Amino acid sequence: MKNFMMVQSIEVKQYKITGRDFKNAGRVSEEIKMLLEQMKFNPEIVRRASICIFEAEMNVVMYAQKGVVDFLATPEKIEIVVRDIGIGIPDIEKAMQPGYSTATEEMREMGFGAGMGLPNIKENADCFEIASDVGKGTRLTIILNSKVKNK
Amino acid sequence: MKLREIKEILDCEILFGEENLEEEVSSACGCDLMSDVLAFAQVGSLLLTGLINIQSVRTTYIANSKAIVYVRGKRPDEETVHLAKEKGIPLMSTKLRLYDACGKLYLKGLRNASEEAKLTSARKEIV
Repeated sequence: MKNFMMVQSIEVKQYKITGRDFKNAGRVSEEIKMLLEQMKFNPEIVRRASICIFEAEMNVVMYAQKGVVDFLATPEKIEIVVRDIGIGIPDIEKAMQPGYSTATEEMREMGFGAGMGLPNIKENADCFEIASDVGKGTRLTIILNSKVKNK
Repeated sequence: MKLREIKEILDCEILFGEENLEEEVSSACGCDLMSDVLAFAQVGSLLLTGLINIQSVRTTYIANSKAIVYVRGKRPDEETVHLAKEKGIPLMSTKLRLYDACGKLYLKGLRNASEEAKLTSARKEIV
């Protein structure tokens, strides 16, 4: 419980993501990872949270016009809500299957489109909710508890 | 395995991190799709990839991997090297192809840690 006690502060932040901006894709995740490290969360929690945010950010960049990340970190948990205005996901069940991807050739050349985005988030989050409206956008809620997950 | 040994085995050119060569990597991941790296690479691992854009470094940073070897003689642009310096991620480039580079390191004993664990438990079951 030592690591748990080390996180003292509460951080609330909002970040914006621009769709199709492949060059800056991942910047928000980088910033959040640095913030979590500063807050002295357990490195394994930081890694898992960063992977979740990175995948969510990439999905916004690839499939949405723009998105917003609402970030909340307390000594007990990290909560991230990612909302976007974009094409949405017609079949969430399919999108959750490892390897299923609708990425274009351009996205694959950039190193995206492994079809592991949502499965990676599910794997690393303690709580993961997804809601999508086709043609309107998608909303992800990702929660990680501050204690280390035992697998 | 030390980065210095990897440099020698793969005949790498060092793009950044000359002073980090005594650092160790515990496993390796050969991959061009970054979500696969996030799914399968382990903490402290080496990434071997043909993907030379800035996402290769970002993914390595997010996944807590240690260093990158670019294969097929590829070299990333300045911006990518700059981010690697900022994050302290050593970068090397080898002329070898991905398959050959991974094979050489595997033969020299650099394995995937989870695979090693599986092999060990499989051996125990047989016994």
